[in-house]
Amino acid sequence: MAALSINNLVTEFDTDEGRVRAIDDVSFTAKAGQTLGIVGESGCGKSVTALSIMRLLPQPMGQIASGSVELDGTDLTQLPIQEMEKVRGARIGMVFQEPMTALNPVHTIGRQLTEVLLIHKSIPPDEAIRQGVELLDRVGIPSPDVRMTEYPHQLSGGMRQRVVIAIALACKPDFLIADEPTTALDVTIQAQILDLIKELQSEMGMSVILITHDLGVIAETCDDVVVMYAGKVAEKGSVFDIFDRAAHPYTRGLLKSIPTLSTAHKSTLSVIDGMVPGLLDLPKGCRFENRCTHSEAPCGGQAPKLQTVNEQHQVSCLRWQEL
Amino acid sequence: MPSSVSPKSAPILKVTDLKMHFPVKEGILLRANKSNKAVDGISFEIQPGETLGLVGESGCGKSTLGRCIARLYEPTSGSIEFEGNDITKLKGRALMPYRQNIQMIFQDPMESLNSRHTIGDILEEPYIVQKIGDKASRAKRVRELLNIVGLPTRSITRYPFEFSGGQRQRIGIARSIALNPKLVVCDEPVSALDVSIQSQILNLLVDLQKEFNLAYLFIAHDLAVVKHISDRIAIMYLGNIVEESTGESIYHEPRHPYTKSLISAIPIPDPHRRVKREIISGDVPSPINPPSGCRFHPRCPRVMERCKLEAPLLRTVADHQVCCHLDDL
Repeated sequence: MAALSINNLVTEFDTDEGRVRAIDDVSFTAKAGQTLGIVGESGCGKSVTALSIMRLLPQPMGQIASGSVELDGTDLTQLPIQEMEKVRGARIGMVFQEPMTALNPVHTIGRQLTEVLLIHKSIPPDEAIRQGVELLDRVGIPSPDVRMTEYPHQLSGGMRQRVVIAIALACKPDFLIADEPTTALDVTIQAQILDLIKELQSEMGMSVILITHDLGVIAETCDDVVVMYAGKVAEKGSVFDIFDRAAHPYTRGLLKSIPTLSTAHKSTLSVIDGMVPGLLDLPKGCRFENRCTHSEAPCGGQAPKLQTVNEQHQVSCLRWQEL
Repeated sequence: MPSSVSPKSAPILKVTDLKMHFPVKEGILLRANKSNKAVDGISFEIQPGETLGLVGESGCGKSTLGRCIARLYEPTSGSIEFEGNDITKLKGRALMPYRQNIQMIFQDPMESLNSRHTIGDILEEPYIVQKIGDKASRAKRVRELLNIVGLPTRSITRYPFEFSGGQRQRIGIARSIALNPKLVVCDEPVSALDVSIQSQILNLLVDLQKEFNLAYLFIAHDLAVVKHISDRIAIMYLGNIVEESTGESIYHEPRHPYTKSLISAIPIPDPHRRVKREIISGDVPSPINPPSGCRFHPRCPRVMERCKLEAPLLRTVADHQVCCHLDDL
């Protein structure tokens, strides 16, 4: 079993208005066999983190400026592209948010599923088809042999997402990166897909990085959590550290602002005022300073370093001890 | 249909056996031999100042129902009564007075605002269409509207792209309340927004309701959000309402097997409460060719022989309206 560690990763994009840092000095470790959740609002850099790990950043605008992504001691950012292609799909599988755009509409399910098997394993085509049918069956698609010959538009959203998962898991990777795998799906289908991922994880001993904006999904599935805000890690720790002992004002605000089934009817929800700052005019100090109700003079001046709360719980806030 | 809310006031909206069938054209001649029964026999009432939440999975017909009520569609059959007047078959000019009273907030705040118009133009348009006021009074009212929804007055000369998603939704809300409507159909108003912005918009909607005594038909798939804002909740499945009751009662004592599994599927943001969920298998079937009998029977964990043959009718169980054959609901 493998662990994936991201160290001081910086990813930049060239835009018309200049170079922007989409993620800035991000570090975390996804432990073997466990589920790590990355949570944050849109534009906070969760998806860019995933694309950086896979080295699938849009070219030529996006590049990893510094830092490393280590899979069992190998730095993926330094691998020649041919070597990286052997990692993608075989050692790290990826599930994308939108199951319609992740599949090619003009190829059959079978062709897209066997492609990954034929590339990474030297097996004859009929064996690839046999394994493909087995995989579709495993992810819970009824009459898999018929589905192999069908096109993505003939399947429902939930079924398509199952196909994407089957493709990601075809070569039994050590890692699965799931970028908002259930955001486009209904709750009953979401529950099916999350259960499927959990089941396959325990069966194959795989590690999962789950990217989502839904704190409910995080609470139900993850062991460790990274909370991102405006391209930086705001807080990281075990799922209990984050939900029971959140130290960062942003995490606390986020947890308080979601209506749950026990929130009083039509009561005023607590809000985080303002908006996430744009990447082009980031504040000099703490990036949450302009929305934080606890900010004081030093917060605007210097960017806080990650401070240790306990062994695995770290927070990027100067004043966490006083709050 | 009896309502769980006290029948003191006359309902502002009464929908009876509403059907909206879209023809499905097939073959070389594009003959419409089949129809998509998006809304298939729905009845409910909304009282003044009340919020009715409408929940269901995608494809269950909830948006179509909302659009029928805002009369963006002309329903196939059934009736929609607004303050006692039947508006089901009204067309063109005859609809104008009702357009003032029934407004709509759309899901995607980018697509529902004209990107070539300034915010001032967008908010002034309802008054021009309805021929209300002169230039000066309209401009004053636009500033008031911006104030109500919490946007700076200088937004008047700006364009939609200059605003964030949450701010654009505020503009959409300002437009919907411009004509002092009595009923607002909110079609997934917060689904496209981030968590921290969602709560801002929900608070705004609750405040506006209190201030202007608005009635809402609040359509969404996020059950926690719907429960927060709704007085009563109706659960839809494949063109029908399968259960209706007060928000608290739906969540704490769901009766219909579909409602039970829907509530059980909601992820709870509390890592100490990881319970085994009752997961229903399969997808929502196509409304073009819906299952026989009870439409939920192919996915129902408690399906009986009778369910496959006979469609259940809405009946009263305690303070719920439930559409199910089971005896021990």
